[in-house]
Amino acid sequence: MIGRIKAIDKMSSVFPAHRVEGKAGAGLKPEHLYAILEQADAVGFFEVHAENYMGAGGPPHAALTRIRNDYPVSLHGICMSIGGPEPLDRDHLARFKALVERYEPALVSEHLAWSTHDNLFFNDLLPLPYTRQTLARVADHIDEVQEAIGRPILLENPSTYLQFEQSTMSETDFIGEIVRRTSCGLLLDVNNVFVSSTNQHTSPLAYLGDFPLEHVGEIHLAGHTTREDDEGDTLLIDSHDRPVADEVWKLYDIVIGQCGPIPTLIEWDSELPPWPVLKAEAEAAQKILDRHAANYLFGSRHAEHA
Amino acid sequence: MPNMREMPYAEAFAGTLFSPGRGKPEFLVGPNGKGAERRFEVYRNNVSVGLVNALASMFPATQRIVGEEFFRAMARRYVRDHPPRSRLLVEYGQDLATFIAGFKPLAGMPWLADVAKIERAWLDAYHAADAAPLVGEELAAIPENRLVDTILVAHPAARLVRSRHAAVTIFSVNRREGEVGAIETDIAEDALITRPHLDVAIRILPAGGAVFLETLFSGHPLGEAAAAALAECPTFDLGANIAGMIEAGALADIRQ
Repeated sequence: MIGRIKAIDKMSSVFPAHRVEGKAGAGLKPEHLYAILEQADAVGFFEVHAENYMGAGGPPHAALTRIRNDYPVSLHGICMSIGGPEPLDRDHLARFKALVERYEPALVSEHLAWSTHDNLFFNDLLPLPYTRQTLARVADHIDEVQEAIGRPILLENPSTYLQFEQSTMSETDFIGEIVRRTSCGLLLDVNNVFVSSTNQHTSPLAYLGDFPLEHVGEIHLAGHTTREDDEGDTLLIDSHDRPVADEVWKLYDIVIGQCGPIPTLIEWDSELPPWPVLKAEAEAAQKILDRHAANYLFGSRHAEHA
Repeated sequence: MPNMREMPYAEAFAGTLFSPGRGKPEFLVGPNGKGAERRFEVYRNNVSVGLVNALASMFPATQRIVGEEFFRAMARRYVRDHPPRSRLLVEYGQDLATFIAGFKPLAGMPWLADVAKIERAWLDAYHAADAAPLVGEELAAIPENRLVDTILVAHPAARLVRSRHAAVTIFSVNRREGEVGAIETDIAEDALITRPHLDVAIRILPAGGAVFLETLFSGHPLGEAAAAALAECPTFDLGANIAGMIEAGALADIRQ
């Protein structure tokens, strides 16, 4: 089975090999560190944004080292610009590789998006048209990343707000073809599915039906904000600043019911709540994972041998 | 529907993200024939707000001094004129102090640029490489006749900021909670910022101390650094300054 990344056997492991399978986790924020360290098994795993740990040293690395000793860690890259037309930045890729080697993450992921062009960094996940040309380039970029780090990555589906006239294929077809060409896994952001489907006036269930769910190795859940588009209709913004919406929980339950207990992360990146609020969101996801886990013991074994 | 040639989507997109006056690229549309101006505005807003928020979190004392509304308006202009060139956000804002120094509405706060410089140096120290600081015993072990030729290596986190104003005091009171009170801003303060272990610390250097450390940090031997300090400040106290920099954790190694 290609899509789900398994713990890799390393000869010189520095950290314990914690298992991430079937667990719900939370994004690691420095503001929550003390509260987290006071608890044992605060959540199932922690995810960090790779770029926040690309400084040379100091408190960020000290904190992540402590966390990695006690928990599985998911390394989530934001700025690789896999979806951009320019070649990948060699220095950035080297920094990313160094983090994979240093922290032995259970999961490694990046985005179907771009954030840098012509030497300018936009600090946002920007969209791309879905064409044969962009498909070939994204596949090349993923090959390059996977070759550099020596393991597959999980590619995350974006939240979208508009369409490109030049697109010739659907997002799900594009992603399916990327998986076929690169053998990467997928990070399914269920909130992004809901946000994009609302904004594109399509059905989230239809999107999930077309999505290659068998290759999903991690799930993201987050909160979104409601705004208005040019005509005054609902436009959802992927804001990561509040609890997960009820509609997204329902979709998530359907996905887990179908796929089994896939590691699930609660993302909360601005308007941070106190730690117990974020932890409660992760616990809500864990309940859904546990509820479906028993049914899928056989299913997941079956999938692993497929 | 154009043709086989790929449209330069990133170029067109990037060209308008920092330019609020320009409309969206033509090839971006809404679903079912809907408009896409407000949809594109989501990206422009994300980029601007994300970078302004980053600056606000990196320069909290500067923001407190000028007020949030003023800071964010200034930061928006800075983001537009000096967009980040590195994808490491922790490196952004290196020239915000220079921008502030030339920002006319802030001409009445001639010390603010130095406060911003200290905030940026504080962040550099926070993310600098880890290294064990040099301890006094290692320095004491050097034979006295070799001391003048000894080269002391700066700790990776050590930073100097010289100011003709009370920039360290202004920085410190604005990083703390509570009342700021009246500050005599015309007193010159040179800052030594260090992070020997995990906590960043800031000190005001005694007279001559900044020249002494500047000379040392640029790789000159102890004797030359002391001479440079004495030339600028005849009352320079070598022993006290050496003790001070050891205590601050400003050094990492000895090269003889």
